Amino acid sequence: MSIAIRNISKQFGAFKALDDVSMDIPSGELVALLGPSGCGKTTLLRIIAGLEYADQGQILLAGDDTSALHARDRQVGFVFQHYALFRHMSVFDNVAFGLRVKPRRDRPAEAEIRRRVKRLLELVQLDWLADRYPSQLSGGQRQRIALARALAVEPKVLLLDEPFGALDAKVRKELRRWLRQLHDEIHVTSVFVTHDQEEALEVSDRVVLINQGRVAQIGTPEAVYDHPATPFVADFLGSVNLFHGRVEDGQLRLGEHALGAADGSDGSALAFVRSHEFELLPGWAGRGGLPATIVRVVSVGPSAQIELSRTDGELVEVAIARDTFRLLGLGEGDKVSLRPRQIRVFPTEAQAA
Amino acid sequence: MASLKRFSPLPGFGLAMGYTLLYLTLIVLIPLTAVGAKTLSLGWEAFWSAVSSPRVVASYQLSFGASLLAAGINVVFGLIFAWVLVRYRFPGKSLVDALVDLPFALPTAVAGIALATICAENGPVGELLKTFAIEVAYTPYGVLLALVFIGLPFVVRTVQPVLADLEREVEEAAAGLGAARWQTFLKVILPHITPALLTGFAMAFARAVGEYGSVIFIAGNVPMVSEITPLLIITKLEQYDYAGATAVASVMLVISFLLLLIINALQGWMQQRYTAEA
Amino acid sequence: MSGTITLKPGSLVRHETLSTREPAWVKGVLIGIALTFFAVFLLLPLATVFTEALRKGWGAYAAALLHPDARSAIMLTALVAVIAVPLNLVFGVAAAWAIAKFEFAGKRLLITLIDLPFSVSPVISGLIYVLMFGAQGWFGPWLQAHDIKIIFALPGIVLATIFVTFPFVARELIPLMEAQGSEEEEAAVVLGASGWQVFWHTTLPSIRWGLLYGVILCNARAMGEFGAVSVVSGHIRGMTNTLPLHVEILYNEYNYAAAFAVASLLALLAIVTLGLKTLVERQTRRQQQKKNELSGE
Repeated sequence: MSIAIRNISKQFGAFKALDDVSMDIPSGELVALLGPSGCGKTTLLRIIAGLEYADQGQILLAGDDTSALHARDRQVGFVFQHYALFRHMSVFDNVAFGLRVKPRRDRPAEAEIRRRVKRLLELVQLDWLADRYPSQLSGGQRQRIALARALAVEPKVLLLDEPFGALDAKVRKELRRWLRQLHDEIHVTSVFVTHDQEEALEVSDRVVLINQGRVAQIGTPEAVYDHPATPFVADFLGSVNLFHGRVEDGQLRLGEHALGAADGSDGSALAFVRSHEFELLPGWAGRGGLPATIVRVVSVGPSAQIELSRTDGELVEVAIARDTFRLLGLGEGDKVSLRPRQIRVFPTEAQAA
Repeated sequence: MASLKRFSPLPGFGLAMGYTLLYLTLIVLIPLTAVGAKTLSLGWEAFWSAVSSPRVVASYQLSFGASLLAAGINVVFGLIFAWVLVRYRFPGKSLVDALVDLPFALPTAVAGIALATICAENGPVGELLKTFAIEVAYTPYGVLLALVFIGLPFVVRTVQPVLADLEREVEEAAAGLGAARWQTFLKVILPHITPALLTGFAMAFARAVGEYGSVIFIAGNVPMVSEITPLLIITKLEQYDYAGATAVASVMLVISFLLLLIINALQGWMQQRYTAEA
Repeated sequence: MSGTITLKPGSLVRHETLSTREPAWVKGVLIGIALTFFAVFLLLPLATVFTEALRKGWGAYAAALLHPDARSAIMLTALVAVIAVPLNLVFGVAAAWAIAKFEFAGKRLLITLIDLPFSVSPVISGLIYVLMFGAQGWFGPWLQAHDIKIIFALPGIVLATIFVTFPFVARELIPLMEAQGSEEEEAAVVLGASGWQVFWHTTLPSIRWGLLYGVILCNARAMGEFGAVSVVSGHIRGMTNTLPLHVEILYNEYNYAAAFAVASLLALLAIVTLGLKTLVERQTRRQQQKKNELSGE
């Protein structure tokens, strides 16, 4: 079932949580709402679920306005950040809850409920835990039970609020891969909220970046990563370096130094360069690029993380393959020139005017 | 002791523990054993005739029956109070919240004479009830009324924090899964607060069984009709029937201790239920 | 999906359908029940005490309080509280320190034993001391031979009061100190503080509100105890009559105005106690918030 969000605004006191947010989520997609904490993404999710009401705007599910629909009538599955499992019920009873509270005429027979719960527990690979209580489960298991519980009522839409937020790094990684596989199996339209860009980029079909209550960009992970639409998106995705410079004749210049080719009209600009999009050349003189001095090298893992100091004292972070760095024979204190392979430029407002 | 205690870098365990045990033994344990010793010295026949006389049995029936009923009433109203205080905003809420503890703080004799005056034939509640042909003052109903009064805070104060701790998310999850509000209450909220309700019930019951001051003024203390057990003990003492008083008291003590064990078990259950992360 | 009903934004219906609220009428009924119960069971008795006390005017009120018997009852009640409360305070702190800061076998049993006086009928709390120190009690003959009076005298009243107020301070402090853990104390020890310094500088400041709360409750009960004191006092006017006992005597003599006048003092004590308690709770909450903010950052 598709979700259409039309001009949603929501205010909490003086705080504008959502400001005229619109988007379309096609049926069957897995979409990530990504943004820093407090940006309004969870509020939007709760409004879709009917747990919160918008001051303005509409949510259309499969083209129908839901404004008058109670949360329980929206056929929406919601997975809470802290799972919100019913502590006094066994895992089985938790998952069966949504089926058992149905009005008698819609309620499946007990045998049917058992069959469906069992199937769901198998789907989340936890059928062996049916008789346990939530307090006896690990965080990852609780999350999967919460998901099974939400799926039991066969929701047309699945909403997940920071589904992996409370888990430790390793479990998190496993679980998000598992969620992606699960989605490929059941294909229910899903929206999940996260502040973790890696999570959003890895799991979702499309990413919606939200900043200060507004949509900053919507697109596939590749699109938003490679072509950020705003300085916020460029800054938020990946590890980036920010430069305040000028574009002149298709070149980004920082003071007297030319950094490289940049699109955009002439004038002052914000430029972003990801840390792995630099080339490192030994020495300063006559090589072009930005002169800098290596301050610190952390050479662990596949790439070497290098911290450099520009001549004006600003820091730049660079990551290059460890082997490449070793071949350069550079160390802390050495002078190098930085040459960006790719620069994203946004004209600053003063210039645009 | 050293092997029974886990190592701690903090000082003062020996002193604090020693003093605690000494004081506890002198003030509580030794005097309580006096009841046991005195009862044992009676011999079985004397004990049995003391506790099985019709008047004593009638007082047990009244004390335990009225206490059970009062604790039950307290569960209903205590839950309403706790619910209203945790969930709603209304004028006078902070006053209500503060005064719920009045039965704890008001000396029982004061509560007793006030309740007796209100429920007397010419008192405001007494007159109202008279139109329904219910007489409260100097009847078992009076006993019940006083016991409801003193038991209320026990239920409110055990349920209130537990209800406040229940995450909204859990109720939202239930609603999102299609539960109507009453289903959410019956299937999610009520099971959550059941241990607290039971604990509050047991505490209100235990307090009511032993209550003396707030009851005697309103009860009229008619033997066989509205005479509670604690009063009977005092009556026997005033007649220098120490043996009879002790025998009656020992039965109450045993029941109180059983109640204490039950309350402790309930609290253990509560702790398990509410502290286990879910 | 039945989405045929469309509603204009801001329509009232939407707020009623919020998933975790009851319908307005349910809410109204519940608040109504609570307020009615509150008015009849709590406000009315309290108001009755004061209206009955002043029924015969301020002159009679003052006379009742200034009567020598009333004055000696006030003095006795204060004296009993002054002895009993500090003793239970010291005990409460010692017990809480041992229980909350250390792990040892039998802890649950000890807590249960400390709670014991709560579940004993006040009348029995008096009786046990009669059985020990009364004329026919264990130490009765010995006490008589040495001309020491405990029952029907001040020591008996104090003992019975200590018994009924025994758990108050400890009960307040144990959960509080358990929740606070021992980290701060351990830090103080590592920094070289002595035992008393640890207590004075780290523990006491963080438990002071809880301690005050316990003392307030303990004091209220000590001054208001009726059943237990009634058994051991002997009701000797001007001698072993505490305030609650004095209320009883006046009431039984059908001297209602005087009885309620004396009772109004105790009711005031209750009101002050509740007021202080509310204040202390507010303070604790504030302190907790501050602490959370501190650890949250």
